[in-house]
Order: sequence, then C-alpha cells, then structure tokens
Amino acid sequence: MAVHKFSSCDGCQLALLNLGESLLALQEAVEIVHFLEAGPSDPEAPVDIAFVEGSISTAEEAERIARVREHSRYLVTIGACATSGGLQALRNLDRSERAWREAIYARPEFIDSLDQATPVREHVAVDLELWGCPINGRQILGAIASLLHGVPPIEDADKVCLECKRQGRVCTLVTRGVPCMGPVTHTGCGALCPAFGRDCYGCYGPAENPNGDALARRFEGLGLLPEAIARHFLFIHSHAEPFRTVGTAWRAQREKDDA
Amino acid sequence: MPEGRRVEISVPALARVEGEGALALRIQNDRIEHLALSIFEPPRYFEKLLEGRDPQQLIDAVARICGICPAAYQMSASQAIEDAFGAEQDGWVRAMRRAFYCGEWIQSHALHIHLLAAPDFLGYESALAMAAEYPDALRRGLQLQGLGNELMRLFGARSVHPIGVAPGGFHRAPDPQAVSALLPRLEAALAEAEALLAWTAALPLPQQAQDFVSVALRHPEEYPLYSGRIVSSEGLDIAVSEYEMHFEEYQRPHSTALFSRLQGRDYLVGPLARLNLNQDRLPSPVAEALARTGIAFPSRNMFHSIVARAVEILLALHEAVRLLRDYHPPKVTAVSLTPRAGVGYGATEAPRGLLWHRYRFDEAGRVQEARIVPPTSQNQARIERDLRESLESFGLAHDDEALRLRAEMVIRNYDPCISCATHFLRLRTERR
Repeated sequence: MAVHKFSSCDGCQLALLNLGESLLALQEAVEIVHFLEAGPSDPEAPVDIAFVEGSISTAEEAERIARVREHSRYLVTIGACATSGGLQALRNLDRSERAWREAIYARPEFIDSLDQATPVREHVAVDLELWGCPINGRQILGAIASLLHGVPPIEDADKVCLECKRQGRVCTLVTRGVPCMGPVTHTGCGALCPAFGRDCYGCYGPAENPNGDALARRFEGLGLLPEAIARHFLFIHSHAEPFRTVGTAWRAQREKDDA
Repeated sequence: MPEGRRVEISVPALARVEGEGALALRIQNDRIEHLALSIFEPPRYFEKLLEGRDPQQLIDAVARICGICPAAYQMSASQAIEDAFGAEQDGWVRAMRRAFYCGEWIQSHALHIHLLAAPDFLGYESALAMAAEYPDALRRGLQLQGLGNELMRLFGARSVHPIGVAPGGFHRAPDPQAVSALLPRLEAALAEAEALLAWTAALPLPQQAQDFVSVALRHPEEYPLYSGRIVSSEGLDIAVSEYEMHFEEYQRPHSTALFSRLQGRDYLVGPLARLNLNQDRLPSPVAEALARTGIAFPSRNMFHSIVARAVEILLALHEAVRLLRDYHPPKVTAVSLTPRAGVGYGATEAPRGLLWHRYRFDEAGRVQEARIVPPTSQNQARIERDLRESLESFGLAHDDEALRLRAEMVIRNYDPCISCATHFLRLRTERR
C-alpha cells in the first residue's frame, strides 16, 4: 500500500502513525512501499491500495494525482481535504484565491496555487471515500481489513444524530437550543461533540439524504441570523453538497437583508 | 586544468518530516555555492479563511493548521481571544489547559524521537525497519506516544483536532473516574521516560558546536509551555504583544513558508532553545535525571535537540501528574466572555517552538484580521545556516549519498512541521 499527501494538515496520516503497536502489526499484513512521513519513499511504485490525504490545490498536485491513479488498484481518499476539498476549499466560494494570496504574501508571484482547492474525485476516479476531519484508526483499519479479505469496505453514511441517540445522549439541539449539525452530518466520529455537551460542527461532512434546508430553518427558529446559519454550513466541508447550496443561499439572504 | 568536483543534491520531497519540503544543494570546488530548503506545502490561506469566524469556529479551525500540534494552535488562539475580550483568568482552566498541552508534547515528541529521528542516528531507513533490532525501545516510544494521545483525549475526545476546547475554557470537565484511571499510568510512565532520556543521551549523536540565538517563552515559576514572556539568549525580554516590534517575516522565492528574523539574524525555537533558556525551571526530579546523562545544558550542539525532547516528555509527565493528582471537577469549566472590538495576542510553546497569534475582532467577537507565526517558519533560516555549517564541518569531500543523509539528518533534527521526511532527499548528482 501507499500513503500520499496533498494539501492537508497531516492529521489523517496520524490515524496510522497513532496506531501504536498495531502499526507494527499492520506491517505484517501489508507491505508499505510509500509513506513519506513514516519513511518509505517510492511514489511511483504500483500498489494495491493508495490512501490519499489532502485536496488538489496546485497544478503539480493535479498531475501527481493522475499518476497515483495510474499506479493504484484501489484509490481511497482519507479525510475532509481529499474527500470534499476541506477547510481550504472556502476560497472556492468567491474565487478569492488571488485576493487571499496577495493579502498574505508580499511576493504573490512566487506562489504556485490553483484558484480552487478541490476533492480528489473531481480529478480522478475514487474507489472509496473515508470522511472525517480527521478520520480515525477504526475507519482506515476497517478499510484495509475489508480489502485484504476481498470484500467491499462499507462506509456507513448515516447521520451523527443516530449514533448520538444510540449512546443515549441528551440532545443538544432540542434541550439546549444550540445549532447542532448532527442531523445532517455523516456519522463515524462516535458523536463526540454532543458527548462533550456541545453542538456537532459537521467535521465528517454531509450524511446521505440530509435535509439541510429544514435544519437551517430550525437554526433560524433558534434565533440565528442568516450569516451565522451560513457559517455553520460553510465551514469544514463548504465545497460538499448540500452544505454548499444551503450555506450560499443563506449568505445571499444576508446580503439581501443588508441591502 | 583539473576542475573541482561539482555536486548537486536535490531532494524534491523530504521524508520523515511533517509536510512537504525539499532541499537543493550545489557544491563547486569544495564550496557550498547554493543551498535552499524549500517548503512547497501549498498555501491554504488560513489567515484569510478565519475572517468572519466567531471564537468557537476560530478555535476549531486553527486546529486544522497542524494534525500533530492542534492543541498548540487552540491554546494560542484561546489566549488571544481572552486577551482581546479582557477576560478574567481562571485557575482551573489554566491548570487543565497546561495538562492538555502536556499530552500534546508527550505524543508529538515521542512520535518525532521514535518514528522520525531515531532511524537517522541508528542507520535505518525508517522506524518500521528499526523494529526488528530495537523492539523494546520502539515499543516504549509508541506507548508513550499513545499515553500522550490519551491525555489529550481526556480533554478533547480525540487527539487530532480535539473538540473539547471552548472559548474561555473547556466544554466539559474530565470525568473524575477517567482521571483516576489515567493517573497511575502517567505515574508508571515516569520511569519509562527517564529510561528514554538516558537512551537518547547514549545515541551516537554527531558532536558539533554552533553559534546560534535561542528564543523561547519564560515564566517566573514554570517551565514554559502555556505562557510567559518572550526571551532570547542575547538578552531580549519582551511581552507577547511586542513580538512584531522585534521580529520580522520575509519571503523568499523558493518557499511558501515565510522566513523570520530577530534583529536581522536567524534564530532557533523549539525544545533545545527552551531547555537552553529554562533549565532552571525544571522540577528537581527532571533536573536530576538530566544531570545523570552527563550532557551539559545550555548546549551548542543542535543534535542535543533529541535529548531536549526526551527531557520535555519527562517534564510533561511530571506536570500532568502534578496537575491531575488532586483533581476535582469544577462547577464552571469556562469563564464567560463578553465580546468586544479589539486586538488580542497569544503565544504558547508548541512542541516545535514558539507559536504566536494576533487577531483583531469586531464588536460581535468575529475575526477581522489574523496573523499566525508558526515555529517552523521561524526555524527556516536557522536550518539553512545549520546545513551550511554542518555539511562543511562534516566534510564536503564525502560522497553524495553520505552528504544527502547528513543533510536530511540535520533538517529532521528540527522536527520541521512542513506538514513530511527518509528519502526526503532524492539525489541528483552532476560531476564534471
């Protein structure tokens, strides 16, 4: 297998590096031929499984992901950046890459960057997407174990809400009136935020069949202003539908109100 | 006329480092003609995407700058929020932030020592390759790393992008039962960390003294981690808010990370700088364990960074045990904040060194402007100078492979968080 990094924080690779002794055991089951942060470096070697972290945000990355695809039997994206573009995809909303580059760098011409940060799926075919910011060890080991046994890996796309109910948590949205994203967010984290008494902020991205419009109206009922509603949807997965559509609609509402 | 040897070393992607970096080196006639460490991690424009965010989203967003040190970003940002809003400080919150941060130091340092740095000194390509020969050392390291992660989970539910930090404190106090279950394991790990310190001190580290300026926080009583004034080995002693008056950032064409300098000079941040400036703040059991290694600090040998990391693992375990020993959950886990327009500053010691933040907020407490100076960009100029000095002292007559390995070792010694680095240097040689 191989682990490739694109534009990211390295946090999803830690799902492997934080495995402890299981990392040594993993080595018995699979041969790791490319994983730069851990040491092995052979990006062009043919592999059965390529894990890809990070969004595609430079011309070099767009070329490199095409080569990864060619060398890999299964291509699996890990985490928000590779799967939906991640936090840095916020620049896509207003095509603000150039303005942001000029604001941060004194010499913006030295910087190679595409105007959008996009998920891997927009560049090459993806066999499996592991959602989460960050993903955890259970997700990546589950995927490896399934592939080793020749069965298709299952990524549960239900909502955080269901996991939270199963744990018997007190609902943060209903009882405390905080704008929890659990009803529309992809499960997999273990409903950590409600367990800590706070609202889910959608770091696992959209669940399947989410009713974002209804949740946004509920947020309005809680007293949130359109701008704050927009910010909840346009955060870690702003490039993923339906978060993008719901968020930009409420942002447009604010601009109308302002006018 | 005989022409001198011309060597070009180009490492397009550094291995066993966090993130994407490369090295270009050209040697002509036994002189380094050109040397550039380039960080080509694509920009993600965090300082701009933070604009308009409220304090909770700011805390959740900055974690995403770095998967290995998210707590550091959350803590520097939290301080800046409270500074801007004029919040009162709470003793419990402060103590628990420090305990949380200790978890990050333990996991990050243990990861670096074992999975990234040790293979260099023991002659392996990776830690995985080291496993057969050094199973016990590796197991000890991974266990310490795991314990650091558990300590972080106590406060943040997960160690990568923890979710427990609220503006003004924490969303939830750790469960006393979970604390009492973890405490004996932290205590038991003290002996392991002492053994690790002795192990790092016995590694075959290159001996080479360099002249460099150390910069770190300094606190009246504590070993600096969560707070302090910014001091240097040259006598600088300033408040966190005065940083921009003394330090400047500049850009160079080969790197997407900004370079930093202090009064026109490169400087060092990180474990060695901290220990060089704050040895007198170590609790006595840690100071005694350090003395037993026989290595004198302050040290001018950059390779003593790995020893400093082991010292800081031991320190962080001591601190965590001290802070959690008489643990009682408080009634209120976060101070209440009243947003107001203004500027706030925050600085803490991330595992890799000083992490400085400044934010301007509007009257509703939303970010209007952000500036973040991470440790690796501060170390960038220092790494380049070190490479020059180290390779010259190592001997430019060595063959290309030896030069490449030494260069990689020098770079990795800083634990650069470029966001990754064994074949971190790929070699292209041109001889005439």
